Amino acid sequence: MSAAAGPAAPAVVADRLAKRFGAFTAVDDVSFAVAPREVFGFLGPNGAGKTTTIKMLAGLLLPSSGGGSVAGFDIATGTESIKRSIGYMSQLFSLYGDLTVEENLQFFSGLYGVPRARRAGRRDWVLEMAGLTEHRRRLTRDLPLGWKQRLALGSAVLHEPPILFLDEPTSGVDPISRRAFWELIHALAGQGTTVFVSTHYMEEAENCHRLALMNRGRLIALDAPAALRAGMREPILEVRAADSPRVAEALRDAPGVLEAGMFGRAVHVMVEDAAVARRAVLERLAARGLRVDGIAEVEPSLEDVFVAKVRAAGGAVAE
Amino acid sequence: MAWLSRTRLLAVARKEVLQLRRDRRSLILAFVMPLVLLVLYSYAISWDVRHIATAVVDQDRSAKSRELLDAFRGSGYFLLDRHLDRVADAEPLVDAGRVQLVLVIPPDFSRRLGSGRPAEVQALVDGSDANTATIVVGYTQAVVQDFSARVLLRGATARLPLAADTRVWFNEELVSRNMIVPGLVAVIMMIIAAMLTSLTIAREWERGTMEQLAATPVSRLEVVLGKLLPYLGIGLVDVVVISVAGVLLFHVPFRGSPALFLVLSTAYLVGVLGLGLFISAVTRSQLLATQLGMIFTFLPSFLLSGFMFAISAMPPPLRLVTYLVPARYFLVVTRGIFLKGVGVEVLFVQGLLMIAFAALGLALAVRVFRKELA
Repeated sequence: MSAAAGPAAPAVVADRLAKRFGAFTAVDDVSFAVAPREVFGFLGPNGAGKTTTIKMLAGLLLPSSGGGSVAGFDIATGTESIKRSIGYMSQLFSLYGDLTVEENLQFFSGLYGVPRARRAGRRDWVLEMAGLTEHRRRLTRDLPLGWKQRLALGSAVLHEPPILFLDEPTSGVDPISRRAFWELIHALAGQGTTVFVSTHYMEEAENCHRLALMNRGRLIALDAPAALRAGMREPILEVRAADSPRVAEALRDAPGVLEAGMFGRAVHVMVEDAAVARRAVLERLAARGLRVDGIAEVEPSLEDVFVAKVRAAGGAVAE
Repeated sequence: MAWLSRTRLLAVARKEVLQLRRDRRSLILAFVMPLVLLVLYSYAISWDVRHIATAVVDQDRSAKSRELLDAFRGSGYFLLDRHLDRVADAEPLVDAGRVQLVLVIPPDFSRRLGSGRPAEVQALVDGSDANTATIVVGYTQAVVQDFSARVLLRGATARLPLAADTRVWFNEELVSRNMIVPGLVAVIMMIIAAMLTSLTIAREWERGTMEQLAATPVSRLEVVLGKLLPYLGIGLVDVVVISVAGVLLFHVPFRGSPALFLVLSTAYLVGVLGLGLFISAVTRSQLLATQLGMIFTFLPSFLLSGFMFAISAMPPPLRLVTYLVPARYFLVVTRGIFLKGVGVEVLFVQGLLMIAFAALGLALAVRVFRKELA
């Protein structure tokens, strides 16, 4: 660790960070600070600017304007020092498919300069952690995606970096593997690693200490998941019905309704006033001949918070 | 901050070897293709012309004209299997490429010979392949001249339609093979070396592994040199194998110092491998890199290195271009060491130029190769 990154200094800082590709602004004036040992979540749809932000922080892209630091090193001038201090796992699987599990680990041990004496120990630790000890001699391309992702995480922590950047590490992975993956993330955080992780799965975001909500390149909210939910002023009505998609469609322009959308098999309706809207909702659905199995006010989910924040920021969700 | 770490360099080199061992296509390219190319081209490329398809229009039909045709047959270079009545009949045959030479013996051939006047024989040569045409004309002249000399001895004279030429096209086979095999060492290694490395960086971009590589502390120089090392080893093995095969299979002499040959081969290979890496780093696509690799190695090494055509006979602008073809320098080295047995006192200029080319190739590859993602 560098001298600049003392115990109180933030592990990651973004200061008015921006990245433009021609006329397109991928990241727009984003600022935040991540404390050491924090599991910091980056939540937003595809195209929200999460990956671009992570690449700038990881020293893979230079910002168009603004700046930041990682482990005390400047992201514009200290990229090589940053690369030594972080582990990075990209969105797409990017280990060598034509190398075995063990050979991939050996290769990255060499690149990260893990001392020769420690290599075998680190390799065994990663194999154990990723549950790949029995499959160490298999070609990586033959592994299921969930295992590949665990191996990629293992390769990123071979050199015991104080900070870990994970860009949508669980996209495309089945729910059970996803849960196992998050257990690994928490284990690493428990050992003192700062984890910066992006996702577009709302339920995963609950695992983070703090969450940054991104939409169309802008940071639209930043807080702990519980605080984000508690801070939501608009009530949420959950409507259970047989034909949820048509119910959601019918409610979008109903009086007193701000937003309506699918939430699992039910419909979440964001309203101005719960009591008033409840009547309006039932009237609208009766008029359309849609049967309702139940309606109740519920605690907002993170998805509801996200929708509300996007609405407050005055922009539609990017696709 | 170390910008060239032995650990990281060896990690990259070791990874390349592991990948290469599992890549059948590259293995074939590395270890089978050089020998195949050597054998193929040693047999295919020859400046000797045989079995010249010849059509005869014998309007004289005399003992003398048959004697002349026998002289052509007897030379062993002509196939006189078509006899035509009119010259016009020959045209479609020449057009279709079935006939390379048309011999026209005029009606008064034997009469003129008998009366001591000069007789003329017309030779129509398909000039679409200028090299072959030149050789065919040379052979024809030689046969006619020989025939003419015999007629003269018998007291008659025949003024020949073509000037006499004493060029030694005959029995040249041995010489042309000796020129070709050492040249092929330079040509083949340029093609193989550039093809092998042109894939390596592009593959990392296509498979997405470049992103992970970029996120590590590995430097550009370490990646380029680490990728180069294994292929340099393969290239040197190839050079030795081709050279030994040339000596054993084609009985080409090797008169110079093997040690000097290996040192200069190393300089040559580093340059050509660097060129391949440069192409790979620029294109970021395996397909494009392979095609560009072929364009930048195959044709120049064949045509502009002095292998096929003498550089001194090229127009000045083209001659300038040849200085950019490293095979040009290595060709002087291989022919010099194989055939003449010359040493460093003659070849140091070529050696220095190849080292300069190697430095340039590597510098360009490192410079163009961006670890940053766009």
